[in-house]
Amino acid sequence: MKINSVKIISLLFFVLSAFYLYTAYQIQVFAFDEDAPFNAKTFPIYLGYVGMFFSGLKMVLPDQKPIEINPTNLEFKKTILLVITMIFYGATILKVGFFLSTSLFLVFSYYFLGERRWKYILIFSFPFVAIFMYLLHGLLAVYLRDPLLKYIGIMG
Amino acid sequence: MIEGILIGIKTALSFQNLLMVMIGCFAGTIIGMLPGLGPMTAIALMIPITYGFDPATGLILMAGVYYGAVFGGSTSSILINAPGVPGTVATSFDGYPMAQQGKAGKALAIAAYSSFAGGTIAAIFLLIAAPSLSKVSLSFRSPDYFGLMILGLTAVAAFSSKGNFLKAMMMCVLGLMLASVGQDTLSDIPRFTFNTMNLSDGISFVLVVMATFAMSEALTIILKKNDPTKAAKQISLTDLGSIKVSREETKQMAKTIPRSSILGFIVGVLPGAGATIASFLAYGMERNFVNNEEKEKFGKGSVQGLSAPETANNAACSGAFVPLLTLGIPGSGTTAVMLGALLGFGIQPGPRLYETNPEIFWSVIMSMYIGMVVLLILNLPLIPYIARILAVPRTFLIPMILFFSVTGIYLMSFNNFDIFLMIGIAVVATILRLYDFPMPPLILAFVLGGLMEENLRRSLLISDGSWSFLYNRPLTLCIMIVILAIVIWQVYNSFVKKK
Repeated sequence: MKINSVKIISLLFFVLSAFYLYTAYQIQVFAFDEDAPFNAKTFPIYLGYVGMFFSGLKMVLPDQKPIEINPTNLEFKKTILLVITMIFYGATILKVGFFLSTSLFLVFSYYFLGERRWKYILIFSFPFVAIFMYLLHGLLAVYLRDPLLKYIGIMG
Repeated sequence: MIEGILIGIKTALSFQNLLMVMIGCFAGTIIGMLPGLGPMTAIALMIPITYGFDPATGLILMAGVYYGAVFGGSTSSILINAPGVPGTVATSFDGYPMAQQGKAGKALAIAAYSSFAGGTIAAIFLLIAAPSLSKVSLSFRSPDYFGLMILGLTAVAAFSSKGNFLKAMMMCVLGLMLASVGQDTLSDIPRFTFNTMNLSDGISFVLVVMATFAMSEALTIILKKNDPTKAAKQISLTDLGSIKVSREETKQMAKTIPRSSILGFIVGVLPGAGATIASFLAYGMERNFVNNEEKEKFGKGSVQGLSAPETANNAACSGAFVPLLTLGIPGSGTTAVMLGALLGFGIQPGPRLYETNPEIFWSVIMSMYIGMVVLLILNLPLIPYIARILAVPRTFLIPMILFFSVTGIYLMSFNNFDIFLMIGIAVVATILRLYDFPMPPLILAFVLGGLMEENLRRSLLISDGSWSFLYNRPLTLCIMIVILAIVIWQVYNSFVKKK
């Protein structure tokens, strides 16, 4: 049996299923439900076993089409930067507000992906978000939380 | 039934719904033309928007996106040999050679007419089949439904995972695990919430769809250094030529369309099969039907070789709605997303849908037909212009997809936790995609998880904890035999082929 990335993912899935099964057994059901033919933990318990069965098979059986991925062909840096930008976006959207956090998220994402035409970067960030907010909040009456714009007095 | 059809026509022809069909077809065509971004991403991005509409309008919009995406996929297949969606791969076999011969416009017209005819015939079949099947399915019991759901999952894993059955089954289990998070529906006991209030209501369907499709597809594009907009740039520069189809070519299409429609519809109804298998089967079948002279032209720009897969993939799209509307069980990832959206509206599709909500049932069927007309009249002449709009650099396209995904969740929950959870699921899905773990089975399982547990609960309670319900009813027994056959065959295949 050759160890490759798919086998490692299958092993991780096996561990996840085992943990899921353990957690399923820990679910506290009502005392009168404990011996019932079906209670809150029945389905998850079966699911845990099925997950272990299929991931176990995947680990044991040979791979039909082994996947070779050359890490040099992958763009890790930009992908990680995008994910970090998204995390910052998610962390600031409630506190800073929709307008500023979204606009900054777009500016940084365009920049990280290699865009250097500042004219377009600025057009497709601040004014774009403002129009989007107007459509959503102003026309469709969809509530958008924005403490910053509320503080300035732009949003009611 | 006539009354229902009239309600459907009235609803589908309202100004708002007509507008939604047009927007859906237009947006679907745009996204379908981008290789890597399929109809599921298009529909996923539409879900947060549809929550502002009534259910019929929301579903009409999503159906329009679905058809538009398939049509958009055909366009990139024909013009640049880069299928936007898997269901249009067979279209490129004869469509692209025609385009190379300077008949790109004609190839697009043949594809559009075939899609229109295939979709129309299938919509008529749907009109007839859906109510009859609804009546039959009223006799189904919980064990049958439970069996049908497992059959749907195994069939999708077997037929749409390109030989990765075990990977697809693992994705099914992962989808069911995600669906089990939150309070138990009957006892309200928290499960897998890890004492977090944010998880007590479970994981939102929109969150999972956005993370596994829109967001992870965007991240995969960056990670693999792909440029989906390259295709659109090429299309916008292509000289289409005339879109006129000769009488001789029309005669050829007239022979192909009926048989490919029937085949496509039947394949579409089967769980897991869908547009991709339908188009390949139709291409193969057509090659066997034509004379030797025409057979020689296959792969070199045959009219029938182009018409057959295009007819079949559209017919299959309509066929896929049959199990969704009549049984409440989606047969594909795309219809699973639609089921999730319907459940979000508080509507449970199934045999009673066409009695309880006839306006939804019939208006969706009617809007499919209207969608075909829209695609034919509006989209065909507009292809070069749509491609020009689409030729935006990926440096702008990807952040926009991510922005719409995050905003979609933010608008629904106003909660940081959901955004972080979505990013986490998207990162895991991106890694899994890299190693060919298919995502549609995960979505299908996530949508079916609650229903599956519910039907298993009823079956076990009725049979007093005995698993004999799996073989007590002939229908359940037949379903279980088919499931076992699929699983054994797939596992055996993965073991034997290597030797």
